Amino acid sequence: MWTDAETGAMTGKIVVLGGGTGGTIAANRLRRALDDVEITVVDRDDDHVYQPGLLFLPFGLADRQDLVRSRRRQLHDGVDYRGCGVDHVDIDKNRVVLGDGGELGYDILVVASGSRLLPEETDGLTGPGWRGKVGTFYDLAGATALESALRDFAGGRLVVNVVDLPIKCPVAPLEFCFLADWYFRERGIRDAVRLTYVTPLDAAFTKPVAAATLAGLLAEKGVELVTEFNTGEVDGEAGRLTSFDGRTVDFDLGVVVPVHGGADFVERSPGLGDALGFVPADEHTLRSKARPNIFVIGDAAALPTSKAGSVTHFEGEVLTENVARTLAGQPLDASFDGHTNCFIETGFGKALLIDFNYETEPVTGHYPGPIGLPLLKESRLNHLGKLMFSWLYWHSLLPGRSVPGVSAAMPTAGKRLPTGDRTR
Amino acid sequence: MAIKAYAGHEVDVNDEGFFTDPDQWRAEMAPEIAREAGVGELTDRHWQVIECMRGEYAAKGTGPTVRALGKTSGVGVKELYQLFPKGPAKLAARIAGIPKPRGCI
Repeated sequence: MWTDAETGAMTGKIVVLGGGTGGTIAANRLRRALDDVEITVVDRDDDHVYQPGLLFLPFGLADRQDLVRSRRRQLHDGVDYRGCGVDHVDIDKNRVVLGDGGELGYDILVVASGSRLLPEETDGLTGPGWRGKVGTFYDLAGATALESALRDFAGGRLVVNVVDLPIKCPVAPLEFCFLADWYFRERGIRDAVRLTYVTPLDAAFTKPVAAATLAGLLAEKGVELVTEFNTGEVDGEAGRLTSFDGRTVDFDLGVVVPVHGGADFVERSPGLGDALGFVPADEHTLRSKARPNIFVIGDAAALPTSKAGSVTHFEGEVLTENVARTLAGQPLDASFDGHTNCFIETGFGKALLIDFNYETEPVTGHYPGPIGLPLLKESRLNHLGKLMFSWLYWHSLLPGRSVPGVSAAMPTAGKRLPTGDRTR
Repeated sequence: MAIKAYAGHEVDVNDEGFFTDPDQWRAEMAPEIAREAGVGELTDRHWQVIECMRGEYAAKGTGPTVRALGKTSGVGVKELYQLFPKGPAKLAARIAGIPKPRGCI
C-alpha cells in the first residue's frame, strides 16, 4: 500500500500535528528524505515562539518581537499547512478530526503538539494576583508581564517555584534565579532582595553531579533552596505558597512554573495519550505505543528524557528514518539515546553547559570532544554558545540541517565519566 | 539490597525499602509495610490507591507520579497527601510492592 508497485517509490500521506520545534523539524526533514509523500502540518495559530528566549524577556535581555516568527514560513516548499485546531485523532480509522469539522486521513501521523501550561490545576494560582504579584515566564504573555513586574520591584522576597514535574526545560527556573541575582546587582538593590528557589525535588536538580554543582551556584549567589515542597495552593493576593503537607513560603513577587500537560486533543483521542495527555512511545524508536503508524517527537512524548529543544532536535534524525522505514515496511532504527544538551545561563555573561542521555548523567569535561566547550563549569564561551543558538535554531535546526560538530548521539570523548558506573 | 520478612514471607527490597521483585508481594504484607513506612492503618481509600498502583505498574512497567495517581486512582491529590503524607507516589509504591516510580528529568 505504501510502496508504488511499478516505480518502487514510497507514497503516502503524512500528517504532522503541531508546527513548533518538533513538527517543523520533522516536516522539513521528511520533505527532504521522501519524494512522493504528501506532508501536512496542522497548527491552530501561526506564531512560532522561540521559547529559549522567554527566559531573557523579563530581564530586558530579549525583545518580544524578535521571539516570534510565522510557523508556515519555517516550512519547506512542498509542505502543506493547515491553520486549524485539532478536535481529536481517531487512531482506529487513521484520521484526524479538525476543530472546524474537517478531516485529514493519514498513513503516518507525527504527534508534535508539545506541552501545555495548566496553571488552573493548582488551587488559587489563577485567582487574584495572577499575572500580577504572581506570574510565570513560561509563556509570552507571562514573560512580558514579568518584565514590568521586575522593573517595578524595589525590594522584598522573590520566590521561584516549580509546582510539579515534568516541565519544559527543567533548568530554566534555576537560570531565572541566577539572572535575578545578576539583575538586582546591576540595579544596585541586591541587598534589598531575598531570593528563594522552591522545588518539589529533594535537590536543586534531578541528576546528582549536576545537582551538586547547581546547588553550589545557588549558595554562591545567595539564593535560598527549599526542597521537597509540593505546592498545593497559591495565594497571589497574600503572596503565599502552601504545600500539601502544610508548609508555607511567603513572597512579594512569585514566579511560578505551572504544571504541564499534553495538548488537549490528545486527551480527547481515546488510546493515544497517558493520564497527563503525553503520548507514550518507545524511547529508542519514537514509535508510539498506541499504533505502529503513529510517531511522537518533542515535548508531546512521554519519554524518560527532558522536555527540551535539544532533545527534539536530536530526535529528528531517528524520527525521519523510522517514518521512512515504516513506509518501506522495514524494521525500525532504535538508536535514539535520550541525548540532551543544555546551556544554563548563570548571569554576568557566563553560562554552564550540560550534556547527557538516558544512561549517562551530566558530568564535567568538554563538549563535543576534549577540545570544546567546558561542561558543568561557568564560562563566557558557553554564554556565547547560548546566544548563537538562537541563529542556529531558525537557520539550521528548523530547516532540518545538521549542525556541524553536533551529533544526534551523545559524544563520550572529552567527558570525565565515572569508571564502570553509569547512572540513570 | 536486603531481605525482609513480611507476613511470614521473605522478600527482596532495595536500600530504600522498595520491592525489587513485585511478584513477591502479597496483599497481606501491605499492612506491615504501611506500619513500617509510618502510614498507619490501611483504609478502603488506601487500598483503592494501592490497587491502582499495582494495575498501573502491571500495564506500564512503572508506578504513576502523584499527579497521574490523582487523575487515575479516583482519589484526589489533596486526599492522597492525607492518606500517604510526605510523598504519596513513593509511599504507595512501597506499600504496593512495586519499584520507586521513575522520577521525571
